[in-house]
Amino acid sequence: MLYFTRWKAAAILLTAIIVCLFAIPNFLPEKMVQSWPKWAQRHIVLGLDLQGGSHILLEVDSNAVRKEKLEGLRDDVRRVLRDARAGYTGLVVRGNSVEVRIRDNSNFDQALAKLRELSQPLGGILSSTGQRSLDITTEPGNLVRLTLTDPAIVERVRQSVEQSIQIIERRVNELGTVEPLIQRQGVDRILVQVPGLQDPTRLKELLGKTAKLDFRMVDTAMPAEQALQGRVPPDDEVLYSASQPKTPYLIEKRVLVSGGDLTDAQPGFDQRTSEPIVSFRFNTSGARKFAQVTQENVGKPFAIVLDNEVISAPVIREPILGGSGQISGSFTVESANDLAILLRAGALPAPLTIIEERTVGPGLGQDSIAKGKISSYVGAVMVIVFMMITYGLFGLFANIAVAINVAMIFGVLSLLNATLTLPGIAGIVLTVGIAVDSNVLIYERIREEVRGGRTPINAIDAGFSRALATILDSNITTFIAAAVLFYIGTGPVRGFAVTLGIGIITTVFTAFTLTRLIVAYWVWWRRPQRVPI
Amino acid sequence: MRLLRIVPDDTKFDFMRFRRISFPISAIMSILAISLYFFHGLNFGIDFRGGTLLEVRTSSGAADISGMRTALAALNLGEVQLQQFGGPNEVLIRLAEQSGGEAAQQAAVSKVRNALGSGIEYRRVEVVGPRVSGELLSYGVIGLMLAILAILIYLWFRFEWQFALGAMIANVHDLVLTIGFMSVTQIDFDLTSIAALLTILGYSLNDTVVIYDRIREMLRRYKKLPMPDLLNASVNSTLSRSVITHVTVSLALLALLLFGGQAIHSFTATMMFGVVLVGTYTSVFIAAPILIYLGVGTGRDALSSADRDKPTHGR
Repeated sequence: MLYFTRWKAAAILLTAIIVCLFAIPNFLPEKMVQSWPKWAQRHIVLGLDLQGGSHILLEVDSNAVRKEKLEGLRDDVRRVLRDARAGYTGLVVRGNSVEVRIRDNSNFDQALAKLRELSQPLGGILSSTGQRSLDITTEPGNLVRLTLTDPAIVERVRQSVEQSIQIIERRVNELGTVEPLIQRQGVDRILVQVPGLQDPTRLKELLGKTAKLDFRMVDTAMPAEQALQGRVPPDDEVLYSASQPKTPYLIEKRVLVSGGDLTDAQPGFDQRTSEPIVSFRFNTSGARKFAQVTQENVGKPFAIVLDNEVISAPVIREPILGGSGQISGSFTVESANDLAILLRAGALPAPLTIIEERTVGPGLGQDSIAKGKISSYVGAVMVIVFMMITYGLFGLFANIAVAINVAMIFGVLSLLNATLTLPGIAGIVLTVGIAVDSNVLIYERIREEVRGGRTPINAIDAGFSRALATILDSNITTFIAAAVLFYIGTGPVRGFAVTLGIGIITTVFTAFTLTRLIVAYWVWWRRPQRVPI
Repeated sequence: MRLLRIVPDDTKFDFMRFRRISFPISAIMSILAISLYFFHGLNFGIDFRGGTLLEVRTSSGAADISGMRTALAALNLGEVQLQQFGGPNEVLIRLAEQSGGEAAQQAAVSKVRNALGSGIEYRRVEVVGPRVSGELLSYGVIGLMLAILAILIYLWFRFEWQFALGAMIANVHDLVLTIGFMSVTQIDFDLTSIAALLTILGYSLNDTVVIYDRIREMLRRYKKLPMPDLLNASVNSTLSRSVITHVTVSLALLALLLFGGQAIHSFTATMMFGVVLVGTYTSVFIAAPILIYLGVGTGRDALSSADRDKPTHGR
């Protein structure tokens, strides 16, 4: 146990030194490290609880996705039947299905065949699952029921999440923060982590808005108040103004031009009133549509609708042919700026809901770092002193091993670009507490062997070989706990699992190699007549 | 320099005789802890119950907690708790989960921000919606079960099944007592508490495994030694290590408890109880003697021909 070949000793020392060296970038100024090669730049990332920042978990509203999909399906059915010249009645959305009754017996089969073409195989043409987007059944009385399959809805939700992630990335990048993290979580969730944010309110406003922008005509056939009291025409709906007081407008459901046709949006000021505005530009097809609509409707009001609220409803004074325009409507400088960001980034395919938020201010982060440092130093000093008192020279060996152990933990954390959290620091302090346990196990075993009457070198040798088996067994159980914790935990708790797990690995490594090497070197050097523990 | 010997060499405590006391005590304590859990309950934090937590600091002098309380009570947000947290200008505000789904939680936070006005630094804001809180709780419970199962399988693989079962009984006992402790102290039970419980599980198993390792070694060496004597010898010979290790772990935990701040206070307090107080007791007084009842070592006489040598410890 005490004999090391020269190359083995060298390999052990080299491994320890290299791992420790990876920790260096954490302690140097960032500027200096940036000129190094990429592989050497790896460093520990401070968790949001230490750095300050926001962790926001968003969920795609699957019901909204389903509803939109069903309404789209209803429109498709209407189009298909019209193209097939098949008369129909009772086209409705019911539950997860769209139902329609074909009026004429003669062209029922032909209409049904056309409707069946609406059902697409899922997962692209290469998919072999055989799943389709619709279940189509018929009932007596020429009733056709088209039901959305569950895989089709899941697929649609998945697509919504993908699109939303891209749009959120564009929105968050406009905030100008460093290293935001945006990723899918599960089927219908998106995790957004933005470090170093003073106030998350603005971030949440940018995330929470769907930003669905429509240009639609105002129905002037009757005042909105009258429509509210009586019957709203089937092609219209009543929407309210975004600004206070909420005024109702009777708006046509038909969308003239949508936000998807915008190519750019910028905040600015109105030249006459110097109020904040948002100016926008359409793409070619949007510009053509907008020109045509404004030509046909001079003198009539149209509405700019954002997320089902009327931002403004100006009267068209002259045809707008240039493909650009401006939106004014009691904006502040900031809200005009935000709207421009939202319009540039595009509309979310479905509304997102914030289901979890954890924000730590930079002040608390700083305090936590300070507290983590103090408790680590105090804990380390107490353990070091105790080991010296208990084991003397061998205590010093243990302390050297533990110091290298901690340096290696930092090295591995850097290598993995791992996140350090406050519980993570606690994990390191605890590792210091138990890393010495491996030394204690070895030393106590040596004491026993000495009492059993062995010669010093024999006792040390036997102590190591017997204790190491125990060290492995006992550390594996803790490692299992750490692994489970890593799997189920999030954020700070996961940080604890990471440092605990890495700590266990480095502890076993140092116990098996470094401590043995140090003691072996000492034995070779001093040829001890008695063991000083 | 004379070195410190916390535990003298060659201790010969008769730990096994205590099993007639320690087993009933542990049984009573466990029943007490379980009834505490059912009748007194745990103080679930927002991770598991949903709701909102705000840590605020007033920029000018001590916080006017009663003034804040009146301002927040007027908002009709249901149960609102305010509590001084750390310094005199730091206040922890908790809101119960709002009815009306996910969006209602965010709306409540905005109301609180408006009501408290300016001059306040929001050091921490946590909002956990109803859906997430339910999931976190089930993840936590599943995680604990999974860890127990995984460790059980590992021990079964490494030792005989009696050892695995003995270790499991001992360590579930640790967890039960720690949950009792959390119920008595009404420490916030949240995700970090699950982390604490898992760590306690890991550490006290660590301790148990060290003793079991020794027992296994002794079983191979002394084939004729009566089981209680063999267990006594094993526990005594690892006693010094147990004590020293627990001193170092306690020192580390003490540093965290004293200087680690409020954020990890309940975490370290729970660990202190579980690892230091219960874990040590369990390995010595429960995990080792329970092997007698699980039938470890019976039938060894038939297999062995002769003792190789006499044990140096034990009676």
